[in-house]
Amino acid sequence: MSDISDRVKKIVVEHLGVDEEKVTESASFIDDLGADSLDTVELVMAFEEEFGIEIPDDAAETIQTFGDAVKFISGATA
Amino acid sequence: MFDLTGKTALITGASGGIGGAVAAALHAAGASVALSGTREAPLRELAESLGERAHVVTANLGDAAAVEALPKQAAEAMGSVDILVNNAGITRDNLFMRMSDEEWAQVIDVNLTSSFRLARGVLRGMMKARWGRIVTITSVVGTTGNPGQANYAAAKAGLVGMSKSLAYEVASRGITVNCVAPGFIETAMTDKLNDDQKGRILTQIPAGRMGGPDDIAAAVLYLASPQAGYVTGATLHVNGGMAMI
Repeated sequence: MSDISDRVKKIVVEHLGVDEEKVTESASFIDDLGADSLDTVELVMAFEEEFGIEIPDDAAETIQTFGDAVKFISGATA
Repeated sequence: MFDLTGKTALITGASGGIGGAVAAALHAAGASVALSGTREAPLRELAESLGERAHVVTANLGDAAAVEALPKQAAEAMGSVDILVNNAGITRDNLFMRMSDEEWAQVIDVNLTSSFRLARGVLRGMMKARWGRIVTITSVVGTTGNPGQANYAAAKAGLVGMSKSLAYEVASRGITVNCVAPGFIETAMTDKLNDDQKGRILTQIPAGRMGGPDDIAAAVLYLASPQAGYVTGATLHVNGGMAMI
């Protein structure tokens, strides 16, 4: 779990250019981390590649926060 | 002047007059090309005449699954797709009152919907590369209308609206989306016109002649080039002045 969390955090920090401390469990990509809608698509693409999983569109829409992403990926890779 | 060395381009309808000229122009500028069309023999012939960096990927653009698979096939052959040229098009002309649902649907499917699917298919790679060019061949009749071509004109006008919307979405990622709108170009599609029809058309073209496939290829080459990186959402009309729009 912590490994997944670290890898997701690294992607978010690199892609959105935000400080690591801002990437908290409840941080919303769009509202708190300055992502636009296309950034969220790119983040999902990056998650898919990093973890070798497919994130369907309806699932991608539910990934709003850093915590959502970690939770989904943990479930998908379990 | 325009150098596409190291770039990869997928061209649909490459067995046709305009598509073949576009493929040759991009290839001459240094790009690798994936030639797509429904008929394999003329594609093979073109690929052989181009030599290295030319690949054949056949697909029937009326078949959704084949369209979905095409960007992947092209990326497998070339490593990526940096440039997409949506050129393939068909006509099913008829008077509006006689036009069947099938004639309408076929033209919309091949000319409009397949371009949407192909663009969607190549975007992922372009977004990651932070560079991409999508150039779609439309037609002067998409702007002016043309009797007997309600389906074709609707599809071509639809491509312009689609391209502009996509251009908005991906401009910040280094991807440009543009259209080239040919007027009357000497190809198999316009060969079907009789001399009387051609004569009447020529009176409406200030340049006094029909265009050639190379006129269109040059416009596509420009829009695909690094130099056109600040041009997006545009339609470049190449029509000898027959419609100044």
